Amino acid sequence: MDNQGQPAQDPLIDEAQEEQRRSAAARLFDIRRVIGGLFVAYGVIVTLIGVFDSRAEIDKAEGVRINLWAGLVMLAFGLFMLLWQWLRPAEPPAPNEKDPGS
Amino acid sequence: MDDGGGLRLNMNGLDYLILALYFVTVLGVGFAARRAIRTSVDFFLSGRSLPAWVTGLAFVSANLGALEIIGMAANGAQYGAMTVHYYWIGAVPAMVFLGIVMMPFYYGSKVRSVPEYLRLRFNRPTHLLNALSFAVAQVLIAGVNLYALALVMQALLGWPLWTAIVVGAAIVLAYITIGGLSGAIYNEVLQFFVILAGLIPVTVIGLVKVGGVSGLMDAVRDSKLGEAGLHAWQDTGTTANPLGAHWIGIVFGLGFVLSFGYWTTNFAEVQRALSAKNMSAARRTPIIAAYPKLFIPLVTVIPGLVALVTVKGLGAESGDLQYNNAIPLLMRDLLPNGVLGVAVTGLLASFMAGMAANVSGFNTVFTYDIWQAYIRRDRSDEYYLRIGRWATVGAVVIGIGTAFIAAGFSNIMNYIQALFSVFNAPLFATFIIGMFWKRMTALAGFWSLLLGTLVSLSLYLLYKGGVVHFNSDLEESFWGAGLAFATAVVVAAIITPLTAPKRDEELRGLVYGMGGVDLKGDVLAGDAAWYRSPVLLGVIAVALAALFYIPVF
Repeated sequence: MDNQGQPAQDPLIDEAQEEQRRSAAARLFDIRRVIGGLFVAYGVIVTLIGVFDSRAEIDKAEGVRINLWAGLVMLAFGLFMLLWQWLRPAEPPAPNEKDPGS
Repeated sequence: MDDGGGLRLNMNGLDYLILALYFVTVLGVGFAARRAIRTSVDFFLSGRSLPAWVTGLAFVSANLGALEIIGMAANGAQYGAMTVHYYWIGAVPAMVFLGIVMMPFYYGSKVRSVPEYLRLRFNRPTHLLNALSFAVAQVLIAGVNLYALALVMQALLGWPLWTAIVVGAAIVLAYITIGGLSGAIYNEVLQFFVILAGLIPVTVIGLVKVGGVSGLMDAVRDSKLGEAGLHAWQDTGTTANPLGAHWIGIVFGLGFVLSFGYWTTNFAEVQRALSAKNMSAARRTPIIAAYPKLFIPLVTVIPGLVALVTVKGLGAESGDLQYNNAIPLLMRDLLPNGVLGVAVTGLLASFMAGMAANVSGFNTVFTYDIWQAYIRRDRSDEYYLRIGRWATVGAVVIGIGTAFIAAGFSNIMNYIQALFSVFNAPLFATFIIGMFWKRMTALAGFWSLLLGTLVSLSLYLLYKGGVVHFNSDLEESFWGAGLAFATAVVVAAIITPLTAPKRDEELRGLVYGMGGVDLKGDVLAGDAAWYRSPVLLGVIAVALAALFYIPVF
C-alpha cells in the first residue's frame, strides 16, 4: 500500500516516544509462569477435594465427579503453561529492525 | 433485592482458600509488574511491548466483565438462542474490522489513546469533548461493575454491600496503581482463564442434568420460550420473536452501529492493542480476541437456558428468581465445594477484569488527554506518571460513588447498552468518516460528534421520560444509535463544504490513502508466517461466526 513518508508529527507524541528510550518494559516477567503456578495449585487442591468427595457431593453434581475432573484438567492446563514457557521462553527484546536494509 | 438469603452459597474453608489464593496472585502480579515501569508509556501502554496472545486475551477479558457474563446468561434465559447475536454478529465482525482496517491508523500514528487520534485528525475541541465524555462514561461504568459485584457478593456470600465494594475496589486500585497497564493486562489474561474455569463446570453439569444438548433442546421447546428459544433468525421478518427485534435492527442496529461503535472506538478495548509490541501484534490483538468470543456463548447462553428449564419460576420481576441470577442459581444447585470456590473466584475475577479495563482506560485519557493537553503542559515524564497514579485513585473513589447510580435500573445490561449508544455511535460515525474522507474538516468533526451525541442523549431522555415510546430498552438503544449515526453523517456532509480542510501532510498516517502507514516496518522474525496474517485470521473468524449460526438458524 502507500508507504511514503512518516505519519504526521505531534509534539506531545514525539516527547513520549523520546522518553520511551528509557523504557523498563523489557524487565516485565512472563505471565505464563503465574497462570501455570495458580492453575497447578488450583488443580492440586481441587483434585484432592475430588478424591475425598462424599456421596452427597457427587449426587449434588448429578453424579459427575466434577471436582476430580475439573481438578485434573486445571492441573494439566497449569502444567501446559509452565511447559510452554520452558520450551519457548519469551522472545528476546525486539531487535531494532526499523530499517530492514532495503 | 433483599438480603438474598435464598441465594446464599454454602462456601467452606477450602473454597475460601481458592478465593484467597486468587487475591494474593492478583496483587502479586501488580507488585511484580512494578519493576517494568520507568516511563509514562510503560505505565499507560505497557511500554508497547506485549505479545499478541497476551494483548488478545486481555482484549476479550476487558469485555468479559461480570455484567457481560451475568447479563448474557440472563439474556439466554429470557430470549434464548437469539442472544448469540451479541457475539457472532454483534462483536466478531467489528473486532475483525478494527484489526484489519482501523488498527494501522491507531497504532501507526503512535497516538497514545483514542481521543488523541481525534486531536490529530480534527482539532482540540473535538478531542476535549471526546476525552471528557469518555472519562465520564468510564467512571460510570466502573461504578456499575462495582455495584453489581457488591450485589452478587452480598447474595452469594452474605458479605455486607460495603465490604464487597471496598474489597473489590481496593484490590483493583492496588494492582493498577502499582503495576500500571501491565498489571491490568496480565491480570486480565489470568482472569480470562479463571473465568472459564469457573463457568465450564456449571455448563457441563447443567448439560448433564438436562440430558445433554438434545435434552436441553426438548426442555426449551416445553418452556415458556418454546421453539423460538432455539432459533436466532426465525421470525425476524417481524418483531414477533423473543428479542422483539427485526432482522434490519439486528444487522444494522446491533451488528453495525452498536457493535462497531463499541469495539472500534472504545479506548478501554483499543488500549490493549496499543500496548502490543509491533504493528502486526496490534492488528492481531482484536482478531485473536474474536476466537474466544466466538465460543463464549457456550458458557453463558447454555447455562442461561439450563437455568430456564431447571429453576422453577425463573424470570421474576424482583427477588432471587430474576433472570440476572441464572448463573448464581445454577452454582448454588449444582456445584459441590471445590469447583464452587473456583466458580465464585471466576465471577469475582470477571468483575475485576471489567472494572480494571475502565479504570486503566480512564487514567490514561485523564493524564494524556485532559491533564497534559489542557491543564499542565511541558512537565517531566515522571510528573505525568505520578498524575496517572493519582488519577487511578480518583477513578476508583468516584467509581465507588457512582456505584449507587446503577441501583435504579432493572436490567444492568440494558443500562450499559444505553450508555454506549449515547457515547459510542456518534463517535464511530465521526471516526469512520474522518478515516476515509480526507476532505472532512476539523469543524465538521466537532459538530458531527457533538450533535450526534446530543441526538442520542435526547432520545434516551425522552424515552425515559415517557414522551417517546419503544417496545424495549434494547429497541431504544438500536434507534438511538442509528439516529446518532445518521445525524453525524448528515452534519459532516453539510459542514465540510463550508469550512477549510486540513493540509495533506497533517493527515499523513491518519487518513486512508494519505500514506504514512507502515504495516511492515517494525516486523519481527516469525510475523511473516501465514498463520500470523491479520487478514487471513480475520476472514476465518468471520466465516466461523457465519457457520456457527447454522445449527441455531
